[in-house]
Amino acid sequence: MGDQNTSMVQKYRNDFLKEVEANVEEGAWVKMCMQCGVCAGSCPLGPAWEHPPQEIFMMIRAGRREEVLKSESMWMCTSCYNCIVRCPRELPITHIMHGLANYAHRLGLAPKMNPTRRFAKIFWDNIAKSGRVNELELSVRLYFMDGFKAGVLKGLAMKDIGIGMMKTGRLNPFGLFAHKGCKDIKGIHKMLKKAYEIEDRKKGFVA
Amino acid sequence: MADMKVGAYLCQGCGLAERLDIKALAAVAQKEGKAQVVREHEFLCNGQGVAMIQKDIAEEGVNRVVIGACSRRAKVEAFHFPAAAITRVNLREQVIWSQPDTDEARELTQEMAADYIRMGCAEAKKTAVPVPNPAAGHNKRILVVGGGVTGMTAALEAARGGYDVLLVEKEAALGGFAAKLFRRVPFAEPYAEPQDNGVASLAAAIKATPRIKVFLGATTTRTSGAPGNFSVDITTESGPTVTEAVGAIVMATGFRPYDARRLPEFGFGASPLVVDQAGLEALARAAGEKGQAITRPDGKAVKSVAFVQCAGQRDASGTHLAYCSGHCCNTSIKQAMYFKDQNPDIDTAIIYTDLRTPGNGEDFYRSAQRKGVIFTKGQVAKVESAGDGLTVHFHDLILNDEAATISNVDLVVLATGQVPNSGVNIEAKPAEGADANVPSVSVLNLTYRQGPDVPQLKYGFTDSHFICFPYETRRTGIYTAGPVRRPMDMVQAIEDATGAALKAIQSVESASHGRAVHPRAGDLSYPSFRREGCTQCKRCTVECPFGAIDEDEQRYPLFNEGRCRRCGTCMGACPVRVISFENYSVDTVGAQIKAVDIPDEFSEKPRILLLACENDAYPALDMAGMNRRVSSAFVRTIPVRCLGSVNMIWITDALNSGYDGVMLMGCKHGDDYQCHFVKGSELANYRMSKIDDTLKNLNLEVDRVRIMEVAIADIERVPTLIDEYAAKIREIGMSPFKGF
Repeated sequence: MGDQNTSMVQKYRNDFLKEVEANVEEGAWVKMCMQCGVCAGSCPLGPAWEHPPQEIFMMIRAGRREEVLKSESMWMCTSCYNCIVRCPRELPITHIMHGLANYAHRLGLAPKMNPTRRFAKIFWDNIAKSGRVNELELSVRLYFMDGFKAGVLKGLAMKDIGIGMMKTGRLNPFGLFAHKGCKDIKGIHKMLKKAYEIEDRKKGFVA
Repeated sequence: MADMKVGAYLCQGCGLAERLDIKALAAVAQKEGKAQVVREHEFLCNGQGVAMIQKDIAEEGVNRVVIGACSRRAKVEAFHFPAAAITRVNLREQVIWSQPDTDEARELTQEMAADYIRMGCAEAKKTAVPVPNPAAGHNKRILVVGGGVTGMTAALEAARGGYDVLLVEKEAALGGFAAKLFRRVPFAEPYAEPQDNGVASLAAAIKATPRIKVFLGATTTRTSGAPGNFSVDITTESGPTVTEAVGAIVMATGFRPYDARRLPEFGFGASPLVVDQAGLEALARAAGEKGQAITRPDGKAVKSVAFVQCAGQRDASGTHLAYCSGHCCNTSIKQAMYFKDQNPDIDTAIIYTDLRTPGNGEDFYRSAQRKGVIFTKGQVAKVESAGDGLTVHFHDLILNDEAATISNVDLVVLATGQVPNSGVNIEAKPAEGADANVPSVSVLNLTYRQGPDVPQLKYGFTDSHFICFPYETRRTGIYTAGPVRRPMDMVQAIEDATGAALKAIQSVESASHGRAVHPRAGDLSYPSFRREGCTQCKRCTVECPFGAIDEDEQRYPLFNEGRCRRCGTCMGACPVRVISFENYSVDTVGAQIKAVDIPDEFSEKPRILLLACENDAYPALDMAGMNRRVSSAFVRTIPVRCLGSVNMIWITDALNSGYDGVMLMGCKHGDDYQCHFVKGSELANYRMSKIDDTLKNLNLEVDRVRIMEVAIADIERVPTLIDEYAAKIREIGMSPFKGF
């Protein structure tokens, strides 16, 4: 992925805004921001962001490529859509945030230990494998994301809920082995492969 | 006057009869007011009631009509009798509606009403029927000074209204500043692309209008007279001077860009790559004429342009222009589009602190963003040459980066503001006269004793009040429009031109009927003075806010009735009280003051005189009444045209005749004044500042006279002020001057 990054930098000769427009989902909207700050003020997680969307947009225009792509900020987005509803310029801010996060991840610049990124990765791998989420496996992987000891502790902390779910038939204790994928797993994989190809071509990731 | 016949008419409607003993009031009018005809009517303002009054005027010879009904601000059309002088007694809003409807309050309410009837009758006997100004000017031609977009629009609008126009332009061609533009900011849907500057079509329309006579390369070298009767010398550079008669003047002399040489920090002058907005228009025009792309002055291609907004504007330090010129953000957006339309790969950055896009500029702004113009919120600190280009250093206000830079810039455009071409600042103190910001060549060359140009309001802009009285200068019949009036863009200037043309039309029409223009539109009265009594002190000529009074050869005041706005400031100024209007004079108010019944010292019924400005304070009092806000029953209100018309004799008279207190309510004065007559409330405040000595000489407490600032919206506050003052008077005690 590092090579991908280098090639992008060369392609756009530091004109980061153009790179974002071309490669990031809804990136063409970034230039339309008028810096009013309503998005930053509307975000329920606003204070937790290092750079609120308004700043991210300004940084893109100012060509601060590394700083944006390595930022934890856009990973904070919980898709509540408050900013989209309120943006006077009607920017699809949520989508841009996810687009930036995804782009940073594809380039290998996204912060490695960012929990949102890691969860998203686990979730995607899980669902892409069989076409359906294996909930037990997803929980276990998530619990043990930070190592064996942390996983055991988290499991113990959550045991009452787990037992309750088992009693009401919400959790199959044998799910790890008995998980049924969707009917046409091969078809799903084929479809995803094609989708990857299209996206890569669109975003210029084709080698 | 021998043939004076006073008719007093009392209305019983609107609850007046239930709250007041109208019979007793009629008796007061007859016995004390000495009205020859006294009638009551159950509904005075209806057709029958009005016909009754008309019949008395026609058949009984009544020529002074006292109407005891509602406020003078109500039913103006119904109680309009041109053959008689009319006095309105406000029994409704300021008596029954401002007093409690209780049995205990009845006595005081009745006393109040009786006093107002006495006052009305006393005033009526001192008034005369106003006759139109005999010196009325009948010229209806309109002179427009300045042939830019504003001037051309004003000329066309006036001509379309059916008036002949003289259009004087200093340059050899029409067009003004707009003619120097490559393109203009769009005026029409979808507000997305720069448009043709529009000068050619305007100039063609002027040419096609026979009513408009154009003088090119000409200036106004002498202007004298009054509305309806101005005489103007128009001097053409190459030709003779002609003297033309006009009725009103629209001054549309526009602006010039703030001198960018005063901004060395942005590299203007040091590098040819730094231009102001006008400079860029010149580059764009030159390139456009050749059908080429805009290049750097050295001929190299442009790859990157930076626009510096608010260059020498909105400056709090006092070095540069303090204000926002309003057009520059849209202009920079337009200029950035010149480059983007030429080649989308040219980097264009607009560095602004607050992007202000008036009108439909928001759509234009969006269009520029779509074209890829970068907008950066920041404050530019420095522009310096670096290598082959320029580096712009700025403080990025979003990212809070004080050392932000844009380098390899090929052109920097400074958005300097507008400086009005307003002529000589006639109020400048000699030390300030050398202010390089304000051009000091007279535009109109008025022969008025007050100076050769119209007075300036703020920062050199010529106006009376941006919000309340746009276009109206302090020289009646002379209106300013466009950027000479306040900073503005072309759309606003066109609107302005139309407004000023309408004002000019209104002025010539009013003048030809011998009537006042705004704010006392339609008033027929005008000031006259008793020559024998005049001491030639010149206070009236100096204090008239409108320059209406000159001096004759014998140094007596020479009233130019056409220029007069009928505020009465001269009347308030006159120490020997020789100036008066037919229906408003020292006597009309003085008689009212003396007509009030003053109870003795032990009655516990003080009397407070309230002189209320008819423009703001009086309507506020009326509205307080409409809201049934109760206030002290001891106050007797007399409306005055302006606090500036208050003659000090009224106050001394009132105190001498036993009033316990005097309140003056006028408009806000000072820099953000709201006085309809500009200087009236300020002069009143100045005059009142000297009253303390007078009070001390009379052995009276200084609180017995108080001046207050109120606005028309102070409906809740005005009754409170009255009650507070009444409480204060109770605290001080009754005046010792009663019964003398």
